[in-house]
Amino acid sequence: MKSLLILLSMALLLVACNQTPKPNLYQQLGEEAGITALTDHLLHQIEHDPLIVHHFRDTDIPRFRRLLIEQLCELSGGPCVYSGATMEESHTGLNLNTRDFDRLVNHLISAMQQQGIPYGAQNQLLALLAPMYPEVIGR
Amino acid sequence: MNNLMMCVFFTVLALPVQAGSRVLATGGATTIEGSAGGGIVPWAVINGYGSDDEWSVQAFGSRVGVDDFTLHSAGVGLSFDNRWELSYARQQFKLDTIGGQLRQDIVGVKYRLAGQLLYTSLPQISLGLQYKRHLDFELPSLVGAYSRSGVDLYLAASKVWLDAIAGRNLLLNGTIRATQANQTGLLGFGNTDQQRHQLMFEGSAALLLTHNLAVGVEFRQKPNRLAFADEQHWRDVFVAWFVNANLSVTAAYVDLGDIAGLPSQQGWYLSLEGSW
Repeated sequence: MKSLLILLSMALLLVACNQTPKPNLYQQLGEEAGITALTDHLLHQIEHDPLIVHHFRDTDIPRFRRLLIEQLCELSGGPCVYSGATMEESHTGLNLNTRDFDRLVNHLISAMQQQGIPYGAQNQLLALLAPMYPEVIGR
Repeated sequence: MNNLMMCVFFTVLALPVQAGSRVLATGGATTIEGSAGGGIVPWAVINGYGSDDEWSVQAFGSRVGVDDFTLHSAGVGLSFDNRWELSYARQQFKLDTIGGQLRQDIVGVKYRLAGQLLYTSLPQISLGLQYKRHLDFELPSLVGAYSRSGVDLYLAASKVWLDAIAGRNLLLNGTIRATQANQTGLLGFGNTDQQRHQLMFEGSAALLLTHNLAVGVEFRQKPNRLAFADEQHWRDVFVAWFVNANLSVTAAYVDLGDIAGLPSQQGWYLSLEGSW
């Protein structure tokens, strides 16, 4: 039994060493250029959604764009530090509901699809963003 | 029944309209009883794609063909606010070998108590009720069923884990149902000695291979109250294709066990659903 375990762990080690390192999420999103394009796609979608665009009426869009790129870069493991406010702070007073959140998620998915981001990477990013739901809604 | 399915199909094709704000596939499919879920298990999800302050309507038609029986099921639904789900379904159970048919109507209500399927760590939890009324009760009554109508009450919890397996999203659902129904009501409710509700467990697991294609398995525990023949648990393996927010197609291989003394009923399930 013990030798079997040793054999097994050696085999696992060999497999692990043999594999080229898996690209991290930041790389799968296309690094800085990819994340910038994704953010622009998303902003374009928001701009053309009459049901949520009014939430951005008082938003400084160039600043919002810069911070979103930073945030996505940091979240996905890229070499950035998000310098904006916390999610609670930045959404206070907007009184967003679940429909706003749902629509934003759909716009993000469609932007990722348009950009040809692999399905697994799309889900990785969604998994990082979904927990922000309670920090964003009803504030 | 087939006419209704065709009608659903062509209306869906003719109306590629916005169905609601929720993410594709989060409305699930529609069960044979008209509630949103898999094929045989109601989930905590609310049918359609309506989010806060949105409503949606659904229509579905399905057919299950096993060795000695065919079940046609068709119905409509109305959902509001991703909170309430109302449904009506008519089932027609054809006794292909024995001869004849059994029909029942099912009116369903579902209320989402807590949670958001995709976003909260707490699963989405819903409470549901199905009022069932048999239209051909003579036969169920002859084999020992007590009542022509009954109420199922269920509590369902569903959750999607994003990026769970090989980058794919996984849905798990567990449902506890209190029921008096024999063969989901197709053989009436209770027996002459016992009409109390019994608690049954139902479960589903589904993996989204892509954003619009899911594969999964389901299990539905069943009571066994009629002395004339054994009733067994149901299970299936399914694939669901969410063509868009307006149309989905579900196919499954089902194992319904013994029914009315005829052993090992297995076969195919096909369901078509439209949502606006």
